[in-house]
Amino acid sequence: MAAPLSVEVEFGGGAELLFDGVKKHQVTLPGQKEPWDIRNLLVWIKKNLLKERPELFMQGDSVRPGILVLINDADWELLGELDYQLQDQDSVLFISTLHGHQMGS
Amino acid sequence: MPAPQCASCHKARAALRRPCSGQALCGTCFCAAFEAEVLHTVVAGRLLPGAVVAVGASGGKDSTVLAHVLRELAPRLGISLQLVAVDEGIGGYRDAALAAVRRQAARWELPLTVVAYEDLFGGWTMDAVARSTAGSGRSRSCCTFCGVLRRRALEEGARLVGATHVVTGHNADDMAETVLMNFLRGDAGRLARGGGLGSPGEGGALPRCRPLQLASQKEVVLYAHFRRLDYFSEECVYAPEAFRGHARHLLKLLEAARPSAVLDLVHSAERLALAPAARPPPPGACSRCGALASRALCQACALLDGLDRGRPRLAIGKGRRGRDEGGTPREPGRVRTPVPEAVPTF
Repeated sequence: MAAPLSVEVEFGGGAELLFDGVKKHQVTLPGQKEPWDIRNLLVWIKKNLLKERPELFMQGDSVRPGILVLINDADWELLGELDYQLQDQDSVLFISTLHGHQMGS
Repeated sequence: MPAPQCASCHKARAALRRPCSGQALCGTCFCAAFEAEVLHTVVAGRLLPGAVVAVGASGGKDSTVLAHVLRELAPRLGISLQLVAVDEGIGGYRDAALAAVRRQAARWELPLTVVAYEDLFGGWTMDAVARSTAGSGRSRSCCTFCGVLRRRALEEGARLVGATHVVTGHNADDMAETVLMNFLRGDAGRLARGGGLGSPGEGGALPRCRPLQLASQKEVVLYAHFRRLDYFSEECVYAPEAFRGHARHLLKLLEAARPSAVLDLVHSAERLALAPAARPPPPGACSRCGALASRALCQACALLDGLDRGRPRLAIGKGRRGRDEGGTPREPGRVRTPVPEAVPTF
């Protein structure tokens, strides 16, 4: 049983374009039976925030490779990735690294 | 589970794990390590005191981080910096990016020079090239043109400002993608020359250095985040169709399975030696502009030639590059590059 949570969800590096250009979202996640881990947060984001082209943000039940996830300014790799249990007032930042161009080989 | 402690200062919580070593570092120690690595790379690239360094600036994450770090290091290295931005003539994309570069130049108080394809290459903008090459192949070939022409344009801009060196923001991912692309295209010439990652000052060109080449793309993005650097992050309108996208996609999958794969690919390429029979003949000089060329015309002149003759694919693909055809073109595709004093012998 997970209590309702207040978290800040932020998008950068171009990812914000999939969310109407809005970078910071103050989000209240409702109380529910399942825990609020990143896996469930992504489901919630896809359903409630994502405006277009979900395949550019998600792949399967995770983010598309090339999208960095920082939880309270730390790489999610150090915190258990999808299994990290969200706490009240946590900040989750998604930065896209997939854009731009190269200067030729 | 809580994040581990920083392996360097043992005081703060770690913010990331470096892909090359697996070492967990806090934001502060990571930025210090990142900057130390850039310093090491530019010293190895012989950016000595007195050097005038042209920095390829696109407004994107890599060149923003590059310019920021070099600006911090410049006093210590005794070098001066010149920002050079290339205007390829891509409507809607490049204008916004150039606006970002201008803001950065003002904020950093660095001189900025903008060079445009339209001026350098006989009126050809990338939008015009894209129209000319549309429908002439499976994947978009205008990006191939852009890569070659941008390199030349940057060289021109660097000469204009009296630079002694050119630096670009290529990161380890870019280098690894280039290696994959050269393998996938069977480009023996580039693979023979250190995997296609270039060597300093070929064919009279200015020496080049890539200060971020040991940093993975992820690290560049994280550095920009920790240092709160602002950059332009929209995708070039033509990029989705570029061949490099395939190499990048493969690299991302490889990296997810094995984080050190990116740097390992770069190191493999550096150590590559081709079998004697596969080695191409040493390159000579372009008959039009004098730049390094493995055929009669360098790639830039050959591509422009093809565009002017209405045969844009003339210089792309094996076996038909740069070959002169009967009849004179209306306006020969000529790159206005100063001819170097002597043709280099190899």
